[in-house]
Amino acid sequence: MTAQTPRSGPVPLGQSAETSRPAPKPPKGRNPLERREARLAWGLLLPTVAAVTLVVVLPLLAIFWISVKPVGLADLRPPTPVVSEDLRGRPEAVGDDATLRYRLRNSSQDQVITGVVLTDTLPEGLEIGDLDPRCALDGLALTCELGDFEGGHRETIEIPVTIGQGFADAGMELPDSPPGLTGQAPNVLTSGNFTFENFARVFDGSEFWGVLWVTLVYTVFGTIGALLFGLFAALLLDKSFRGQGVLRGLYLFPYVAPVIAVAFTWIILFDPFSGSANALLIQMGVTTEAINFFGQRPLALIMVILFEVWRYFPLSFLFILARMQSIDTDMYEAADMDGASPFQQFWYLSMPQLLGILSVLFLLRFIWTFNKFDDIFLLTGGNAGTRTLTVNVYEQAFAVSNIGAGAAVAVVIFGCLLVFSFLFFRFISQEEGL
Amino acid sequence: MSMFRHGYVAGPLLGLLWALVIATTTAVVFSFATGGAYRPGGIGAGLLGAGLGTLAVAMPRLAGPVGLALGAILAVTPVAAVVTGPDVALWTALLAGGVAGAAIGWPIAAMMQGCRPGALTRHEFEAAVIRFLTGFGYIFFTAIVAIPFYVMVMTSLKNQSELIQNPLDFSIDLSKGWGLFRSYAELFGQFNFGSYLWTSFLVSVLTVIITLIFAIPGAYAVARLRFAGRAMISRSILLIYMVPMIVLALPIYIAFSMLGLRNSIFGIVMIYPVTTIPVALYMLQGYFRGLPAEIEEAGLMDGLSRLKVIWQITLPLSMPALASVSLYVFMIAWNEFLLAFMLLDDPSKFTLTRGIAALNSSEIPRQHLMAGSVIATVPIMALFLGLERFMTKGLTAGSVKG
Repeated sequence: MTAQTPRSGPVPLGQSAETSRPAPKPPKGRNPLERREARLAWGLLLPTVAAVTLVVVLPLLAIFWISVKPVGLADLRPPTPVVSEDLRGRPEAVGDDATLRYRLRNSSQDQVITGVVLTDTLPEGLEIGDLDPRCALDGLALTCELGDFEGGHRETIEIPVTIGQGFADAGMELPDSPPGLTGQAPNVLTSGNFTFENFARVFDGSEFWGVLWVTLVYTVFGTIGALLFGLFAALLLDKSFRGQGVLRGLYLFPYVAPVIAVAFTWIILFDPFSGSANALLIQMGVTTEAINFFGQRPLALIMVILFEVWRYFPLSFLFILARMQSIDTDMYEAADMDGASPFQQFWYLSMPQLLGILSVLFLLRFIWTFNKFDDIFLLTGGNAGTRTLTVNVYEQAFAVSNIGAGAAVAVVIFGCLLVFSFLFFRFISQEEGL
Repeated sequence: MSMFRHGYVAGPLLGLLWALVIATTTAVVFSFATGGAYRPGGIGAGLLGAGLGTLAVAMPRLAGPVGLALGAILAVTPVAAVVTGPDVALWTALLAGGVAGAAIGWPIAAMMQGCRPGALTRHEFEAAVIRFLTGFGYIFFTAIVAIPFYVMVMTSLKNQSELIQNPLDFSIDLSKGWGLFRSYAELFGQFNFGSYLWTSFLVSVLTVIITLIFAIPGAYAVARLRFAGRAMISRSILLIYMVPMIVLALPIYIAFSMLGLRNSIFGIVMIYPVTTIPVALYMLQGYFRGLPAEIEEAGLMDGLSRLKVIWQITLPLSMPALASVSLYVFMIAWNEFLLAFMLLDDPSKFTLTRGIAALNSSEIPRQHLMAGSVIATVPIMALFLGLERFMTKGLTAGSVKG
């Protein structure tokens, strides 16, 4: 309930301490209503906070942890001891001899598993012969302490048995209870093994600065280009005419379509061997031989930026148009009377009104373009001088199979993001009521 | 600048520029439609445009008809506005020339409207320039948006040899009938796209439902209730909104590998909503804030509990916002690529975007790739065009994400 409680704050001047009446005091602490409201609010927010913590905050912490770990793609499957059990000797009747066999191995070729223990419940009705010295039998419970397994270690434990009546009655089959096998393997993710090699690798040499430079060029030009195109498109549609709705819908297509569909379309359109764009350019005499749009060094980056501009101009267009349509037209009429020319009206009347939304869009789009992964990954895979930081995360983690290095790049991205969002809240919070 | 502000300077100049734009457009349109060799003739188009521009200032009514006639006549001379190759039939060449001439003549007359033959005021001159830029803008934006989608659809209807033979020929051989849709038939028959479509739909709908279940109470709390930490929550939402997916995808991949959640729809449905909840929460709280609090207070006075107020008053009032948030979330989930790509390896569990990614190999002809793209694009486009009003509102309601 939005009960009006007395606001705490400076005591009004007329009621200062010199009067003999005791000043009315604001109630201390929060009243029960407020407490209930806060409890309800947190109750409503709890599911969201929990889910977001689980999927956003935990992974972020994990990224920091992984970035100082020497972990590769192969380490995600920690070494485990593996066992399989069978009964050999083809026993057919009571009194036949057979061998209960356990085959054991270390799933990893190079890592040691320590303290391997085999446990199993033997089936009833078997007479157990000589046990392996490492094994002990307690009733039907078999326990073997097998010590350490080297990498690639294999061994077999055989227990001679004689078939008893109980086993024959059960159908001469081993029961479906798989034997238990435990052992400690060092898991690189949880071990106390830390390294700064990942960061050293990331910052090593000129590659990182190249990547950072490409990222900045891509982000700055992609953002500005999308804003300018959006502004132009918004100016076009900022008047009502028949078909305006259709055009507005059409101009939003690049943004609404799945990125994978439009990225592949661009690749096919600009294919160096059989792409329509090349055929068109050759036919028009612009170029004599096919251009490899996504494979040449400066051109690939330009194409990727153009794709970004093409895909995201609708978004800026939509926001700018919404802002434009809320501008009062009286002002333009007055300016017209005063003899302002159309360009002057745009520059001196519209632009100052649009500056707020333009700067918000610039900052938000800047951050989002900086974070963009799919587009470049699909268009060039980060080749031909288009590798940005985000593509580098994937490249390090999966192409080079070094998850630690990928995480280190991710940490760098996160650091940049913190700086950006600091700037964002610094400059934007007064603007546009965000 | 002032020397341009004369009817007989501005007219030819804008005419020339406009003619170049139109000649290029006509050449591209005719090339893409027929596959023949058309290219803009720089000199021919320039001369025609300059002439028509002058005419548009002197006798505006004549510019259109003269453009049509002159364009068609010039098409057979060396100074054609649209130069055609030897294998193009005469009548199509005449048609291209006439279309180009008409598309130069009438618009330039409209652009130069109000421009006298003598000196122009700044106002008149700039109005003409702005009309020129507007015309150029419509053509430019329509071309850059339409061409890729046109290529996507048309490529999916062709076969490999046709594509290699003439990459510009997007004309459709209607005599093939249903054979045109062979790529689609193969995708649905052999490549299991029916099941991908269903998976994508299921995942998207579940994502929308789960997102709303989480976001509605959260958004209400942030928008209406007073509690310590409200400002912090509000900012954290925006901040989380800015964390790049690739940073989260790495640990999620590791965790899913260890928990065995990779290759499961369950895992995907678990992850997708969390990426959309902040967006939805942010959009919804903006809307809730705009609702008049008095109605809710009246409900409270009449003895409803908070939750009942949300259910019986706030939600019915915010149906438009819920629709646009749902649409937006559906779009994000439907188009999501990165997580599906990293977490799904088993072809029986692919979503549509993952299925298309799997088509990207040298063994699979590319009309299949394009047909897959069309299959993924058409549903979201149809949904979007049908509910465009909600969509535009939803997009502007606080979602600069993409």
